[in-house]
Amino acid sequence: MKLKQFLGLLCAASVTIMLAGQASAEDKVVKIGAIFPLTGNAASAGLHAKYAIEVAMDIINNAHPELGDFPLAKNAGLAGLGGAKVEVVFADNQGSPATGQNQALRLITEEKVVALVGAYQSGVTLTASAIAEKYGIPFLTPESVAANLTERGFKWFFRTTPIATDFVKVYYDFLTDMKAQGAKTDNIALVHDNTEYGTSVANTITTGFKEKGLNVLDVAYVSNATDVQSQVLQLKEKQPDVVIMISYTSDAILFAKTMQAQDYKPAMLIADDAGYSDPSFLKTVGKISQGVFNRSSWSVGPEGSPTAVIADLYKKKCGDEMDDTAARDMQGFLVLVDAIDRAGSTEPAKIQAALKATDLKPNQLMMGYKGVKFDEKGQNILASAILIQLQDGENYVAVWPKANAAKAPMLPYKGW
Amino acid sequence: MSFVLVQVIVGGLLLGAVYALFSSGLTLVWGMMNIVNFAHGDFVMLGMYVAFMVFTLFGAGPLAGAPIAALLLATLGVIVYFGLIRDIMKGPMLAQILGTFGLALLLRYSVFWWFGANFLSLPQNIVGGTFAVFGLRIEASRLLAGVVALLVTLGLHLLLTRTSLGSKMLAVAEDSTAAQLMGIRPDTMQAIAWAIAAGATGLAGALIATFFYIVPTVGETLGIVAFVTVSLGGFGSVPGALVAGLLIGVIEQLSAYLIGAVYKDIVVYALFLSFLWFRPQGLMGKS
Repeated sequence: MKLKQFLGLLCAASVTIMLAGQASAEDKVVKIGAIFPLTGNAASAGLHAKYAIEVAMDIINNAHPELGDFPLAKNAGLAGLGGAKVEVVFADNQGSPATGQNQALRLITEEKVVALVGAYQSGVTLTASAIAEKYGIPFLTPESVAANLTERGFKWFFRTTPIATDFVKVYYDFLTDMKAQGAKTDNIALVHDNTEYGTSVANTITTGFKEKGLNVLDVAYVSNATDVQSQVLQLKEKQPDVVIMISYTSDAILFAKTMQAQDYKPAMLIADDAGYSDPSFLKTVGKISQGVFNRSSWSVGPEGSPTAVIADLYKKKCGDEMDDTAARDMQGFLVLVDAIDRAGSTEPAKIQAALKATDLKPNQLMMGYKGVKFDEKGQNILASAILIQLQDGENYVAVWPKANAAKAPMLPYKGW
Repeated sequence: MSFVLVQVIVGGLLLGAVYALFSSGLTLVWGMMNIVNFAHGDFVMLGMYVAFMVFTLFGAGPLAGAPIAALLLATLGVIVYFGLIRDIMKGPMLAQILGTFGLALLLRYSVFWWFGANFLSLPQNIVGGTFAVFGLRIEASRLLAGVVALLVTLGLHLLLTRTSLGSKMLAVAEDSTAAQLMGIRPDTMQAIAWAIAAGATGLAGALIATFFYIVPTVGETLGIVAFVTVSLGGFGSVPGALVAGLLIGVIEQLSAYLIGAVYKDIVVYALFLSFLWFRPQGLMGKS
């Protein structure tokens, strides 16, 4: 009898230990919330961001020795948290600031995520990050560029992407270079939508350019336009030397189609990333947008390099080539997870402290940034951008600055 | 008048014709059955995808795509009528709103699931590019859509006013019990109305696809214009939708060019509201 009882107890104890073991393995999951436009008009960009983050999860959660010393790749899981795996809860913001805010609240209070990443459109990032700030949860935006996002005195907000003030410098230096080579660059038209992104980037560029003595023509429109003929006619009439497009995908496609229909080609067409980086843009109207310049921080490196491996993984995942926006999303997510790894904890305050201490070097990044280091506002002061050009209508190539260029800039704008 | 202004007005007329084209189906259903079809924009979207499929599968342009889209959507219209509308028509107004809104989401996200979120486009110049008349640039694809808009409006108008089928449909709209006593089957008439309305909408979608991008949410962008066009034109008035479409197109383009594109909606909607203040039944609606 006694032996039976003893055996019974032993069984119970072992079951308990097994259960406990399981429980602690489950504890070793780091939950991060990701808010992106997975439906709605920007769903194309949002879903590509999701693929990019899933590739990042694969790199983090599984061993990828082929990536060499790339952070988080070598071993499976997070070394700083005893091999914990990263789990991402995706939430759809539908491109609406109100929905983005609700989703942030849900992820924090119900899903108990330890940090948030998102939310593509600056207008949505604005509202979603305010919730994170209120609850004391780190929010990292990898791609929203509106200047005011980091001007709110937030303590829990971080941004890895270059922002409008960086672009002003890039565009101005580029135009100065082109002027030295004989191009006309005195009259600039800024075509932008009326979203947070469109207006804030346009304002920053206008202020920056006017200080340098350039003439700026402002052509604003309502995003998701049904028609842009009159804007194109306005440009055709005013004949600016350079047109800068600040548009999301749907409008970018419509502008390309309408410019062809109205036979309008500016001498130089520069796009401010966003819609022009969407693979959909290249597939639908790439052939009639030959020669458009675009801002980017991403370039596929030589074969075997970490960036080439990542580009491969991404293409296998979703079938499209890696674009700048998806790449910036992936980079931002990696920076966040790297901070969690260094924090060695899922406590929001420790993650915040680790983010503040971030000091990544160019060789630890997949993007062409000069590094990642946040100022007291949460802005990455080492973010930078280059210019790429759609010379053949199919793929962008790096053209400026010379040090990063694969080809020389092609002028004037060819179109179709 | 400056030359650019003429181009703006011509562009506005062509745009307005397109607005009229994709509104005619809505005005028919709205006017005849008192049903606000919130899935209307998504019917346009389906027409666009049919045109896209016809192009990718058979390499055929809108000459084949548009009739096929009209036919498929007409079939869908009948299915929707018997599967959904017939029942919710008996329910309260809220059931109708939510029913068609639910249908809109079902259609939108089925397409989303099947085709993905990527933007698609038919090749440029599928209808013959752009030609210039006295220096005015006119897109063949938009001109085709405009001509078809006129034909569809004329056809629907004649159908309703000159044929016995039209009279029967109007009789059902007026008083379905009385029509039934006269030997008209309201169910059949309304199913036919749905087939015609959805078919015209599919046709519109296929033609718009020749110069617009194609994406599952495109119905959202276009749908709202259709509602404004129909209420301005007068509920149930097909010619009214045409005149209203042209008016909205020209006002939009002119205000976008003269005042600025961000203000064009304010101008259009302010004029729209003040017009309804004086004439709530719309341009050509019966009071």
